[in-house]
Parts: sequence; C-alpha cells; structure tokens
Amino acid sequence: MIEAAFSGGFGGFALDIAFAAPEQGITALFGPSGCGKTTTLRCVAGLERLPGRLAFGGEIWQDTGVFLPPHKRPVGYVFQEASLFPHLSVTGNLRYGLRRAADRGVAFDEVVDLLGLARLLERAPARLSGGERQRVAIGRALLSQPRLLLMDEPLAALDRDSKDEILPYLERLHDVLAIPVLYVSHDLAEVERLADHLVLLEAGRVRAAGPLAALIADPDLPLARRAGVAAVLEGRVVAVDAEFGLARVAVAGGELLAPEAAGPVGARRRLRVKAEDVSLCRVRPEATSILNVLPARVVGILEGEGKQATVLLGLGEAGDGARLLARISARSRASLALRTGDPVFAQIKGVALA
Amino acid sequence: MVDVILLTAKLAAVSTVLLLLLGTPLAWWLAHSRAWIKEGVAAVVALPLVLPPTVLGFYLLVAMAPDGPIQTVFGPLGLKPLAFTFSGLVVGSVVFSLPFVVNPIRNAFEAAGERPLEAAATLRAAPLDAFFTVALPLASPGLLTGAILGFAHTVGEFGVVLMIGGNIPGETKVLSMAILDYVETLQWAEAHALSALMLGFSFCVILTMTLIEKRLRRRLR
Repeated sequence: MIEAAFSGGFGGFALDIAFAAPEQGITALFGPSGCGKTTTLRCVAGLERLPGRLAFGGEIWQDTGVFLPPHKRPVGYVFQEASLFPHLSVTGNLRYGLRRAADRGVAFDEVVDLLGLARLLERAPARLSGGERQRVAIGRALLSQPRLLLMDEPLAALDRDSKDEILPYLERLHDVLAIPVLYVSHDLAEVERLADHLVLLEAGRVRAAGPLAALIADPDLPLARRAGVAAVLEGRVVAVDAEFGLARVAVAGGELLAPEAAGPVGARRRLRVKAEDVSLCRVRPEATSILNVLPARVVGILEGEGKQATVLLGLGEAGDGARLLARISARSRASLALRTGDPVFAQIKGVALA
Repeated sequence: MVDVILLTAKLAAVSTVLLLLLGTPLAWWLAHSRAWIKEGVAAVVALPLVLPPTVLGFYLLVAMAPDGPIQTVFGPLGLKPLAFTFSGLVVGSVVFSLPFVVNPIRNAFEAAGERPLEAAATLRAAPLDAFFTVALPLASPGLLTGAILGFAHTVGEFGVVLMIGGNIPGETKVLSMAILDYVETLQWAEAHALSALMLGFSFCVILTMTLIEKRLRRRLR
C-alpha cells in the first residue's frame, strides 16, 4: 500500500489530503487545475515538504521527525515538461539515473526498446520533438529503477499528435512493468484509458477514492455528469470473428462486440463506452445497424446541465452487471417515461479499446 | 618589461582561481538562499562596482596595516603584514573583482532554476553530486564569463594597486603601474608598447568570451 496524508498551507492554498493507493497498477490523482494534485505528488517525491505521513509498502518515508530526502526515495518522477538535462545527450540523460541506482532490474536496452528510443540515443535534447523528449524523460525515470513511478501530467504540455504518440507507450508500460504508478491528470479521457484506481481531488481535499469503473459510474460523484464521459468495462475476449474484424468480449452482465484488435481469445481487455454513444429503447430494436444491443436496467437517473440527463444502467436482465452510462435528452427521458428500475435495451454505437 | 607582464599574468591567474573558488559557492548561496540577509550580502559584494577604487584601496590599506585589524587577528598566527606585498595585491584584487565574478555565476544559477536539480534528486543524485553534475555544467557560460571578467579586471586594475601595492619591481609592480611610470619618466615608446598590448589583450578577451559563451549557450538550449 501507498499511504499518504499531508496537510498544510501553501501560499494561501490549504491542502488536507489522505489517501491509500494499491502497490500495483496506475492510480490517477484526478481533479481540476489548482486542486492540489501536483503538490500532493511533489510531497510524495519529497520535493515539497508539508506536515504529514507517507508510507510505501510499510517503509516510512515521512512522519513526525522523519523525512527521507528525495534522492533517497526509490521513485521515478516524470515532470509535465520533460526537464531533460540539456548538457547531456539522450544516452547521457538515460544513464544519469541508471548509474546511481542500487540494482539493475530494468535494463537499458529494454527501456530503449519499450519506448522506441534507439534512433534518438546520440541526439541532444534540444533536437527532439516534444513527444520524443517526454518519452526520453519516462525512460530516464524508469532506468533509475524506481519502485514507484510518479507522473505529473506527462501529456498536458503536448499537442494532440504527440499525445496520441505517447499513450500507446504508456499502455505498454502498464502491461509490461509491474511498477505502481501515481498519475496526475485533469484529463478524464486520459484517466479512463490508463488508470485502474482513482483518487478524486477537489479544492485540496480527497472527494473519493476507489476503483476507476466504480467511481466513474457513481451517481454521487460529478464524473458521470461530465461531458465526454465514458463508462469503463473490464472484459475478456471469448471469440474472434476474423471475417468481420470483430472480437466478442464478455463483461459482467453481457457480451459486447469490439474491434478485432481486442486480441486473441482469453485476453483481458478494458473497453470504453462513451455516454453519448449509448441510446435507450423500451423494446428490443429490430433490423438495426447497431452491433451492440444489450438488455439492461435503469439504476439511476442524473439530472445534467441543460436539457440532458445521464442514465445509469446496470447490464443484464436483472441490472446487476457492469455499469454503463447513457446521455439522453430531457425530451427522450420524458417520452420514454424512464424511472429507476425500468428494463431497457441499450444501443451502443461505439466501443473503444482502452 | 617582460617581468612586469609575467607578474601581472601571475596576479591575474592566482586571483581568478581564488575568485572562482570563493565566488561560485557565494553565487550559489545568493541564488538559492531564502535568508533575509542575502540581499545585504549581495550589496556588499557589489560595492566595488560603484566605489572609487582608491576608496576601496584606502580601506584595504588600513585593514592590512601592521597595526590593522587583519594583522591583529592573524599576526599572532604567523601572518606577515600584507600591505605592499604580492599576497596583499591578491587579496585586494579578489575583493575588487568579486562582483564581476559572482554576478554572472549567480545569474546563471538562477536562470537554470530549481527544476534540473529536482530532476537530479529524483534520479538519486545527492545534493553535492547534483551540484557538480548538473548545476555547474548548466552554469558553465556564467562561470566562463565570470572567470574572464575576473581575470581581465585584475589585469586592468589600477586604483587599488596604487593604494596597497607600493610599486615594488617583481613584487607589486604590475602593468598599469608600469605604464604610469613610463609616462611619468617620458618613456613614450615603452608606454605605447604596453598600452597597445593591453588594448589587444582586452579586445581578444572580449571577443573570445563572446564566441565561447555563444557556443556554450547554443549547446545548452
């Protein structure tokens, strides 16, 4: 477990935060700008010092009278701006942490391979693109052999293309390396793709913490109401239809057809279904081009901004399966006379692999 | 004339080494400390920029006198009086040229900012390690500027030397004093030679400095 609790003032800004994150997978610290997520991450690294307590896997990093300085904490830190050393080549940057690390679990070639850095090794940081620079920064952090990786909005300073370039690498990291990650972000789509757990921050406090899928579909939290929100479903590929390029993925309470890229039979996959891509029918629609039509039950209706509502669905006849979100107009809601507990059919227009 | 040039070069070299050894940690402290006293110290360091060299030289002379404060404290420890000695000139030069060395180095440290040092710390570099492997290389243009300005400034100084030097051949008779001597004794050819040498040297220093600095900065961008 990573157990953190910090409280203190910071130039007119008060932080009072406590959370626990598992020692595996990606835990996102999510919240609007200025909610204290970066400060929290800096406190975990020891770059900032606020009164509090921090323990990692039973080791105390900070407590009353105890403060492990940053260079003695086994963390890797990826800053929002790559912050490479301009006087060293890419190789020099990568080896800086490696040379000072006690053990050599993560090998140089492995990281170069994982992040596609082979072409860049001799270059100076000034001659890299933004995306390349951030990949080197991630590699540099990994090679310092961290037992905890801290990432402070590593994609926020990048343009759309560079972001799309890096995200697959981050997903590979997630699949290949067993290092737990604390990931700061204010971009919900990024969090939906990467995170397993979520710590939701608001104005210097923890609003909620838990598994990502549960928090996104929690009617008491603001996430489900957000524009562009997507439900996250964990599933397993049960069949592949090569002729139509589709994979059948079993999730709790139903089966979904997803792009064939979901992988071989047996692969565990995360699917994202945008609330805007889900429509509701009272009766099972016939002769539709929509691939995924699943029986579900309304488990909650959230009033949204403007003339919209977000319907919280449980998959399956009984509604006890995975949670799905549907964004419908207020008018549709009235004409369907939807109420909690009603059985419906969810038409899903798009399923994305995350 | 050659011994004058050699003595001047020796004075400048010794002073520059001392200036860098003293000025770099001082510049670091000025760049990173949050102590309230910091700007006061910075002002003291900067004093030679505005004080007439003769004023500074006068106080140095008073301080170095056989019955002055330096002698009172260090005399019993075996220190010989500094006034009118080479060592005294070195002390004077260091004090006089300090702001020319400290300011560019401090600016370089401040321009590099905290971030590279934070990155180094998260990569397991202890503070001293990070200082030598990150902070110093990043500040290298400032260090170079400081070193060259300190060297050139020492070569060209006159007022302080006039007050505490005493114009002793082989000991404290440096270039600027020699030129004055030649002029006063109407040896125009010698004065011309030394002056032209100084002019050429100064030009070369400034040109070299600009070129090297440009190169370093390009590499660090």
